[in-house]
Amino acid sequence: MTPFKKTLAAALVSSAVFMVGCSNDEAAKPAEEAKAPEAEVKTGPTHPVTGEVLAADQTFTYWDLDEVSSHDPQIVEDVAGSYRVRNLFEGLLNQDADGNLVPGVAESYEASEDKKTYTFNLRKDAKWSNGDPVTAGDFVYAWQRAVDPETASPYAWFMEIMSIVNGAEIIAGEAPVDSLGVEAVDDYTLKVELTDSLPYFPMMVVHTTTFPAHKATIEEFGADWTKPEHMVSNGAYTLADHVVNERSEMVRNPMYWDNDNTIIEKIVSIVVPDENQALIRYKADEFDWLETVPTGQFKSLKAEFPTETYATPRLCSYYYTFNMTDSGPEAFQDVRVRQALSYAIDRDVITGQILQGGQPSAYTFTPEATAGFQVPSVPYATMTQAERDAKAVELLAEAGYGPENPLKFNMLYNTSDSHKQIATAMSQMWKAKLGVEATMNNMEWKTFLTERGEQNFELARGAWCGDYNEASTFLDLLRTSSGYNDGKYSNAEVDRLMDEAKTMADPNANYTAIEQILAEDMPIIPIYHYSFNMMLKDTVKGWPVNNIEGNWYAKDLYKVAE
Amino acid sequence: MFSFIAKRLLTAIPTLLILIVVSFLLMHSAPGGPFTSERKLPPQVEANINAKYGLDKPLPTQIFNYVKGIVVDFDFGPSFRYKDRSVNDLIEDGFPVTITYGLISALVAVLVGVSLGVVAALNQNTWKDYTALSFTFTAQVLPNFVMAPLLVLLFTLKLGWLPGGGWEGGKPQYIIMPVIALSTSYMATIARITRSSMLEVLNSNFIRTAKAKGLPHNRIIFKHALKPAMLPVLSYLGPAMVGLLTGSVVIDMYFSTGGIGVLFVNGALNRDYSTIMGITILVGVLTVLLNLLVDVLYAWIDPKIRY
Repeated sequence: MTPFKKTLAAALVSSAVFMVGCSNDEAAKPAEEAKAPEAEVKTGPTHPVTGEVLAADQTFTYWDLDEVSSHDPQIVEDVAGSYRVRNLFEGLLNQDADGNLVPGVAESYEASEDKKTYTFNLRKDAKWSNGDPVTAGDFVYAWQRAVDPETASPYAWFMEIMSIVNGAEIIAGEAPVDSLGVEAVDDYTLKVELTDSLPYFPMMVVHTTTFPAHKATIEEFGADWTKPEHMVSNGAYTLADHVVNERSEMVRNPMYWDNDNTIIEKIVSIVVPDENQALIRYKADEFDWLETVPTGQFKSLKAEFPTETYATPRLCSYYYTFNMTDSGPEAFQDVRVRQALSYAIDRDVITGQILQGGQPSAYTFTPEATAGFQVPSVPYATMTQAERDAKAVELLAEAGYGPENPLKFNMLYNTSDSHKQIATAMSQMWKAKLGVEATMNNMEWKTFLTERGEQNFELARGAWCGDYNEASTFLDLLRTSSGYNDGKYSNAEVDRLMDEAKTMADPNANYTAIEQILAEDMPIIPIYHYSFNMMLKDTVKGWPVNNIEGNWYAKDLYKVAE
Repeated sequence: MFSFIAKRLLTAIPTLLILIVVSFLLMHSAPGGPFTSERKLPPQVEANINAKYGLDKPLPTQIFNYVKGIVVDFDFGPSFRYKDRSVNDLIEDGFPVTITYGLISALVAVLVGVSLGVVAALNQNTWKDYTALSFTFTAQVLPNFVMAPLLVLLFTLKLGWLPGGGWEGGKPQYIIMPVIALSTSYMATIARITRSSMLEVLNSNFIRTAKAKGLPHNRIIFKHALKPAMLPVLSYLGPAMVGLLTGSVVIDMYFSTGGIGVLFVNGALNRDYSTIMGITILVGVLTVLLNLLVDVLYAWIDPKIRY
């Protein structure tokens, strides 16, 4: 090759590279294909839509902190378990990468005018892994099973808040199981009758408790039906192997109606009960996905792996709740004290210095990311921290506390390094700014829950994650009647607005109004809203980073060649 | 000898019953229960669950039913936490794993530990002795929860030789790191015990007599000195074996081996009454059996002991 030809060739190559570099995916395809013959030996085919070269090995391996509670849709009660069930089974509706509802077993649905009757039209090609068709009757069976006192589903409460006719009565043993307001009109039409109008009802059928169950299998094997050798499921994957506290394997279900469009062949989940160990194994390429990273390490990981580290909003709130009953300190009955304590907390220090994981500071209970929720401009959120601090000093002095009469109370949290760091920061802020003496107490998880539930606390940590993407899943907690209202806050106006919201076409104005009341009454101190701090290998594509409920479907993922 | 063993086994029965009752009561007196969670269950739902698992009955009835289930059907009940499995399933799956890496670790600890101890004792105050001693001291101050992550950092992340965890039915590459992490501190203790007891035996009268008689060196060491020197090691091994076979929580946590160690700790934290009881009974039975075994071995090694 002469020098001239060499230069020409180099120019051609570099211009080709340049073209690829600045073109979009469409234009990049020919270039990819041109390279393909050489690469094809090691890698698989290309993605049908994006044209990316797929990895030959489509195994998605992820980490579980703890073994899951169950693979039974009506029994499962933990988040990790719901990941498994969501891949093994398919409900009426699914979510897409942004969290919007998309067809699952139901192709479409209609709501009655009063939003009290929902009719789901099921697809005719949905099959169980043994070849049986998935029918409306399977849903009726599953939903009856979920409320049946004999099943004793821990998630029966979810069926209760779905407001299905007779649901609560069946759970209480006061009505027969078959009186549940769900009916198979024919094999492919499911009709649900509700006691209240619930505009967000379709969002609730994304929940794993509402997934169908295969009656014949459950009747044949009883409690053993979820063992890999017996299990029949209707999702994109079936359970191939399950060793408790070690690993599980799920493989493609050839009977799944959309199997042709599924790319991930196998899902492996491995239990590692230690976060740091899991991180090491992620770095050693043993995991494709880590659900969370150890507290405080997010920033350094982001620097080390900028493209693999994600912080995305999550439907959860971290807060402290005042005990407003007689067993709580008298000082907490005074709204000025509650406001002062809340104002004096510099949330940005907690989120920016301690957590360092992109969590938003919270001034309202409901996260901003909640669908349809308008964050009210509550006064203390718009002030600067210096203004808040000044106001806090003023309020506490008005309430009669000062250097000669310092406010003292106990704050309670469950044993954990990260809760301890936050509690330390809070008590230091109070001490420095207000002269308040807060004693920190920590308790092991179950003890903590019992004590908090029995109002044996003064100020206690709390956290809540939404069950569905709507503000009422949070605000329900602060109703007088809520079983989760550990501080026993009670405000008639909040209760009224919540009742009214149930039947409104757009209840978000009410939710905003409630948050404004909460910012005045300050029954809780919102600290921050959670974020998903996860790590995902660059080769994994299709992850629903914008789904704030964190529901992922392996059938929508794929791995590209490195 | 036979009547001794029979007597010991018979006294084990009341011991185990007391163990069951006391742990049952302790477990139930801990605040919260298996179904206490952040998301408090509505009373009706909780009542249904309690009825399903028999937790609504008075405690004496629960204990009676539990013991009856074990004696009559050998049924340790359903797990309250891992609802797809019974406690029998959990132990059947986990115990072989624990026993495999536990026994291999015990073997490694004894073989290497005794050899090191003997070499150190025979070469007292030489560089060999000092090397062995410094090795054992280092090993002793490195507990397994420090060792385990270090091993993974080295062999998995840096060198890429071994998988960071898993069991896969017990393939060798999955066993190596758990065994190193688990056996090292036991090995160090055994080496130190062996060294000091060997030194003591070597300075005793009957060894001097053997030397005076002109017995070959190796014969003195292996036939006459080693056996009595093993007695303190043996008394240490009894409880150590129980620890090796049951208490390897750290190993299960770091290497996701799926043994019963992790069930023990999680069972307590989750208030998984039936699982914690099942494992407690297993540990109890093992303790009784291994102590008996040690006592029998004692009699075999030491002619002064006769039952």
